[in-house]
Amino acid sequence: MAYDYEKHIRAGKLPHIWCPGCGHGIAMKGLIRALDTCGLEKNNTAIVSGIGCASRLPGYMDYNTLHTAHGRAAAFATGVKMSKPEMNVIVVGGDGDGTAIGGNHFIHACRRNIDMTYVILNNYIYGMTGGQFSPCTPTGHKASTTVYGNPDPIFDISKLAIGAGATFVARTTAFHATQIDKLIAEGIKHKGMAIIEVLDDCPTTYGRRNKFRSVVDMMKRLKEIAVPVAAASKMTAEQLEGKVLTGVLYKEDKPEYTEQYAQVIERAKGA
Amino acid sequence: MSAKAEIEIIERYCKGCSICVEFCPTKVLEMDAFVVKVANADACIACNQCELRCPDFAIKVHKL
Amino acid sequence: MAKKVALLQGNTACAYGALYAGCNFFGGYPITPSTEVAEVLSEELPKIGGKFIQMEDEIGAMASVIGASLTGQKALTATSGPGVSLKQELIGYACIAETPCVIINVMRGGPSTGMPTGPGQSDVQQAKWGTHGDHPVIALVPASCQEIFSETVRAFNLAEKYRMPVQVLYDEIVGHMRERIEFPEPGELEVIDREAPSCSPEDYKPFDPSNGDVPPLAAFGSEYRFHVTGLNKAADGFPTTKAELVDAEQRRQLRKIDANIADIESYEEYQTDDAEVVIFAYGSTSRSARYAVNELRKEGVKAGLFRPITLWPFPEKRVAELAQQAKAIIVPELNLGQMNLEVERVAKGACEIIGIHRVDGEPINPGQIMAQVKEVV
Ligand SMILES: Cc1ncc(C[n+]2csc(CCOP(=O)(O)OP(=O)(O)O)c2C)c(N)n1
Ligand code: SF4
Ligand code: SF4
Ligand code: SF4
Ligand SMILES: [Mg+2]
Repeated sequence: MAYDYEKHIRAGKLPHIWCPGCGHGIAMKGLIRALDTCGLEKNNTAIVSGIGCASRLPGYMDYNTLHTAHGRAAAFATGVKMSKPEMNVIVVGGDGDGTAIGGNHFIHACRRNIDMTYVILNNYIYGMTGGQFSPCTPTGHKASTTVYGNPDPIFDISKLAIGAGATFVARTTAFHATQIDKLIAEGIKHKGMAIIEVLDDCPTTYGRRNKFRSVVDMMKRLKEIAVPVAAASKMTAEQLEGKVLTGVLYKEDKPEYTEQYAQVIERAKGA
Repeated sequence: MSAKAEIEIIERYCKGCSICVEFCPTKVLEMDAFVVKVANADACIACNQCELRCPDFAIKVHKL
Repeated sequence: MAKKVALLQGNTACAYGALYAGCNFFGGYPITPSTEVAEVLSEELPKIGGKFIQMEDEIGAMASVIGASLTGQKALTATSGPGVSLKQELIGYACIAETPCVIINVMRGGPSTGMPTGPGQSDVQQAKWGTHGDHPVIALVPASCQEIFSETVRAFNLAEKYRMPVQVLYDEIVGHMRERIEFPEPGELEVIDREAPSCSPEDYKPFDPSNGDVPPLAAFGSEYRFHVTGLNKAADGFPTTKAELVDAEQRRQLRKIDANIADIESYEEYQTDDAEVVIFAYGSTSRSARYAVNELRKEGVKAGLFRPITLWPFPEKRVAELAQQAKAIIVPELNLGQMNLEVERVAKGACEIIGIHRVDGEPINPGQIMAQVKEVV
């Protein structure tokens, strides 16, 4: 039997709006498989996003879905989770949405270690608005606002998340399709803030300007640059030049925010 | 050699990105006017690569 | 049984009003002169199992409030000018997504950081025009601690009834003033909860206009699953660019106010029956105006006070009538001219409109108002 993705998708919503070859669709399939693995109940699950191509994902999903404003997803999601800690809260968004305009909400949601799973689709660019550089566009690369090459250094999203206090941080790529659902499922099961960074592709606004002949080329590059964390420990700095680590990068058990707040309620009631 | 799976293509969803064509290990699939088609059904080994990688929910692998 | 009374600061009265209305979520960010609202609720909410969260900024606070409201909570945030400026983005979101919530704005001077500890009334036009796009607006302007309590309750009621954000604006003077408050008994003030859907979950459309202009709102986590977006949307909640759907949705939202003015409007008139000069004043300024009216009446001057309690929608009809009756309408406000423009618009030249404006951090005193009235008569 082919995989039954439709059972998680709202009737009549496909085909989706993404361009041919856009990695967001591959990530969406990974998310669906993860939701399936974890058996999350639809009524009891909210999927929250900001604005951008990636952020259009929740609209297709047959769950409680909240398509918010640019960058604000983590803050809306915090309100949902605080109000109903029994709900499963998933956030989906782009690199620009999460780390530029939404950077403050992102790091503070990590710091609180509030129990949610944030899937961040890093395609190195502002796709939706036509390919302006994002905090993740590699230095020297071309975007519609860096025609002479990007002068900005980048954010390493996973490092940012770890530094900010997220207690589960993992990275994979749109090429490593089966790893996407495994890591998201692990993130969902983790109690606390789980960040899953999926490196993906935007052939339309990033690939074209940066001399990728096709989306297949972009997929092959994702394959080449990925090094599983276990393998990396046996590699030299030279060998790791230009590579990115994939897999679970960080995991820690720490008090979760809504549980901490439940204790506040206990103390207040006892007072 | 006989096909190990029946490949269903939902043409309405296919955007012709050719990811499935490229990653099929036995060259079952082919592009035809920006929509994928099964060109060599018998070669299919039911590896599921095409279904897994299609960003558009446009291809389903029904194992035989 | 004697009612419970207390000497409370305006901001504390606001917090207790919110609790009376059933508020069970507060998301905020500290800012003078509103902070006491947050402080009181951080202590009181957990006692009743409610939630308090101090977010990373006012945008995050507003976002958390909308998220909470969508799970069915009665959600509040409180801030002042610089914070309201930040919240505008998501006040717009609450408008288009028709999400009930209450925003308290304890006004100080501005623009920017302005005078944090000085009073101001300079956000009254921002309350109407602060976020982009056309959308309905309700803003209430209480003038005493007791009224802050009751208007906070009414703000929640209007938010729930009309499925929209409601703003309560009062100036620093009222926010920090201590007055005797009588706590209403439970049930004494009306408390309204949003209408829940009665259709089957499969048929639920979060913006379905077929049974009136305020569609019932389900809660995330119930058996109703739905989609919410800040894009222009159709009745089912999904984005649309179809001209007739977009137009119909936007007009329906404005109708929520326009068709219910009588329910939303609230004002007080004092000695206006035979008034030759009407003072249009709100918030702390109306307290000076009332004193001025009393003094002027002693001197035989026919002065009266019109005090809006609902500032938006603007009490157009009554202000227009008063403009016909009076020689002049005096508009004292702690800004450089805001509501006087609205009074002028509505008066359509029927009488003279004279503003008294002050932004030096000092209140407008009765003497200033009396002098202006005397100049007219
Ligand atoms: C407040 C605000 N500023 C700017 C925009 C314009 N805008 C929409 S999407 C976007 C970038 C999205 O990039 P990313 O989050 O990386 O998502 P992608 O489209 O690449 O998937 C921008 C700048 C907006 N919608 N709102
Ligand atoms: S512009 Fe880029 S990110 Fe957006 S849908 Fe197209 S390929 Fe995907
Ligand atoms: S299942 Fe494998 S072999 Fe068969 S068509 Fe798909 S990719 Fe090719
Ligand atoms: S991967 Fe999907 S969308 Fe792309 S060509 Fe194959 S079937 Fe079509
Ligand atoms: Mg992007």
